[in-house]
Amino acid sequence: MISFKMPEKLEQASVLMETIAENMMRPVSRYFDEHEHEIPWDYINFMHESMKAMGSGTMTEAAPKKKEGPSISFQRLAVTAEMLSWGDVGLWLCTPGGGLGGAAVNATGTPEQKERFLSRMSGDKPVFDAMALTEPHAGSAMPAEVRTTAVRDGDEWILNGEKIFVTAGNKALVDSDGFVVIWATIDPEAGRAGVRPFVVEANTPGCTVCKMEHKLGIRASDTVSIALQDCRIPFDNILGSAEVVDKKKTKKGFKGAMATFDATRPLVAASALGIARATLELLKEMLAEQGVEIRYGLPRSRMTNIEREIVDMETLLRSTWLLTLKSMWLADERKGNTIEASMCKVKAGDVVVKITQRAVELMGPLGYSREHLLEKWFRDAKINDLYEGTGQINRLIVARRILDYTRHELT
Amino acid sequence: MYSFEPTDEQRMLIDAVERYAETDLSPAARAADELGELPAALIEKGWELGILQASIPEAYGGFGDHSAVTGVLAAEAMAYGDLAGTLAVMAPSSYVIPILLGGTEDQKKELIPAVIEAEWKPYIAAFIEPEYDFYAGEMRTTAEKKKSEYVLNGKKALVPFADSAESLLVFANLDGRTQAFIVPSDAAGLSVGERELLLGIHALPTFTLTLENVKVTLASRIGGEDGFDPIPVVASAQIANAAIAIGMSKAALDYAIPYAKEREVWGKPIAQKQSIAFMLAEMAMEIESNRLLVWEAAWLLDEGEDAMKAAYLALNGAVDTAMVVTDRAVQVLGGHGYIREHPVELWMRNGRGIPMFTGIAMV
Repeated sequence: MISFKMPEKLEQASVLMETIAENMMRPVSRYFDEHEHEIPWDYINFMHESMKAMGSGTMTEAAPKKKEGPSISFQRLAVTAEMLSWGDVGLWLCTPGGGLGGAAVNATGTPEQKERFLSRMSGDKPVFDAMALTEPHAGSAMPAEVRTTAVRDGDEWILNGEKIFVTAGNKALVDSDGFVVIWATIDPEAGRAGVRPFVVEANTPGCTVCKMEHKLGIRASDTVSIALQDCRIPFDNILGSAEVVDKKKTKKGFKGAMATFDATRPLVAASALGIARATLELLKEMLAEQGVEIRYGLPRSRMTNIEREIVDMETLLRSTWLLTLKSMWLADERKGNTIEASMCKVKAGDVVVKITQRAVELMGPLGYSREHLLEKWFRDAKINDLYEGTGQINRLIVARRILDYTRHELT
Repeated sequence: MYSFEPTDEQRMLIDAVERYAETDLSPAARAADELGELPAALIEKGWELGILQASIPEAYGGFGDHSAVTGVLAAEAMAYGDLAGTLAVMAPSSYVIPILLGGTEDQKKELIPAVIEAEWKPYIAAFIEPEYDFYAGEMRTTAEKKKSEYVLNGKKALVPFADSAESLLVFANLDGRTQAFIVPSDAAGLSVGERELLLGIHALPTFTLTLENVKVTLASRIGGEDGFDPIPVVASAQIANAAIAIGMSKAALDYAIPYAKEREVWGKPIAQKQSIAFMLAEMAMEIESNRLLVWEAAWLLDEGEDAMKAAYLALNGAVDTAMVVTDRAVQVLGGHGYIREHPVELWMRNGRGIPMFTGIAMV
């Protein structure tokens, strides 16, 4: 039965996250934007302790234990990402255990791997996880054009290559005993069929952070390059099957690995929409202070331009949020959500960019000023149209799906 | 719990409506548009699906409980076939739903069964007005309370089947509040204008209506002496209209997709070009996301929550979706889209009407 009733557990999570966002994030939002690469330990430690207290050291939960009723863990993740990005997206990206590496392990790892890699999240110290896919020569062509290699040597894999644009990579490898999920090929001849994610833990010899980027926004979050030079990892650190041709077509092969994105794309969408909501709320607040009231229900011919802008923004925001929620609901229901995942990612990227750009314009010099957060959100917003697949690459995925085309038929 | 899945019962209804849309409405749409007329049997067949009847409790002649969500699912599925046909089939809903939501017990018992238990008859609402800035919350048609009657004055537009109406539900401004009154079709002072000639929905006969000192009894006011809350009624109209817009948009997308896969340029289907493929992807995204807004608004209405803003936003989204998607469908077909051999130009004309159609159907 169609229902838009937020489950009570989600409502509780939402209230809690809002408190954190208001008290732990907003007050330091500007500071960490201005002090790039300074680590927000207060927030990090607080989140770590909170999650431990809640019995989970990670944002990404494992599948529910048997019949505990319907799972809402993906929905909770979306609500959390939205609310904490409403607080501050740069800080949200610093959340221990909240990275995409954990999501990849969770989506594709064996129970043994989940235990081995994710249990550290609930240890004494906060631990970070990251995912490394992009390489200097190719971004959107990934994972088909992965050049980083994984060669088997007895009980080990030897990794060689370079990864760039790794979100929270420094926190995962240098600032904590975390891990990075590295995409590498086990058979360069096999194209994308040979590509697999591997878990590389902090302090593994041959794996070094070699560059930290300076960015337009999300400055609280580190974005790094990682060099892999004869980096040896245990054989069991491969996520999915070590066979190149997966005859059974089980979820263990390449396609299984790609399932990661079905979870991470809606997560990015949710985060984007958190920024969009923050912007819209502040915009309305600032307008209200100027005595501008938004009258809902009027035909367009009776609206002021500002009213029309706001109503359109609210429509975009809500419709995209519902699509994001639906894609997470599908994931919780263990139903395919690839098309919805890409759809909400595309729309959320568009929506957050549009709303933040319009907000700065509408507020004029006030919007452009660093006295307010609108200009910061304008800068933060853009990343959402870029990472986890640009808006264009996700459009391509949506288009292939609705046209029933392979990636060869529609490039 | 969130859920995006219709019940089995709703699924069965949707299936039946989809069959009707595909095998009856859609094949008849072009001829009906050219002729400016819908076959009576076609309307009757749609009426017999029992969409409105299923939303009316047994006490008033129906066989179910009011559900805007079910209404939305059905409206969306039907409009996939044809917009004019859907508005025709659903026209009596705008007469019945306001009575169901706002009428007194006596009014419900007296007025609803006559509509619901019979074959399709033009029981209709006069809601829209011929003004560029028409606003349901501030109508220019007025109702004035006298000692033993209400006096109605004003002009209405886009009134379907007004020339053959069994009875009308006229919406008017009573002391700043939108209210509705049952007006017999032969009431003195009520005159039906010429049939309207419109950009789209040619198959649906619509008329202007002039009310000049039309007198109705005090009991004619929906909700009796205190009237009714117009907000859920207007929301219901907006939601129905939005649902229809989504269904029609989906039809346009589903027509454009196979065309794009067949039509070749330089030896390759145009769908294999990003400029076309991305348009189609964007059409799909607009439909999927805005559909959920409509569902949510309907769900709020069913929950008895304030659905005013949600319905307004849903319609706001659906208005743009209908225009963008139908326009893009024509664009994908190129010059062929402009030719009346294909349905996309019809959908584009109908799509532009969505902002004006609120009030013709309700859920």
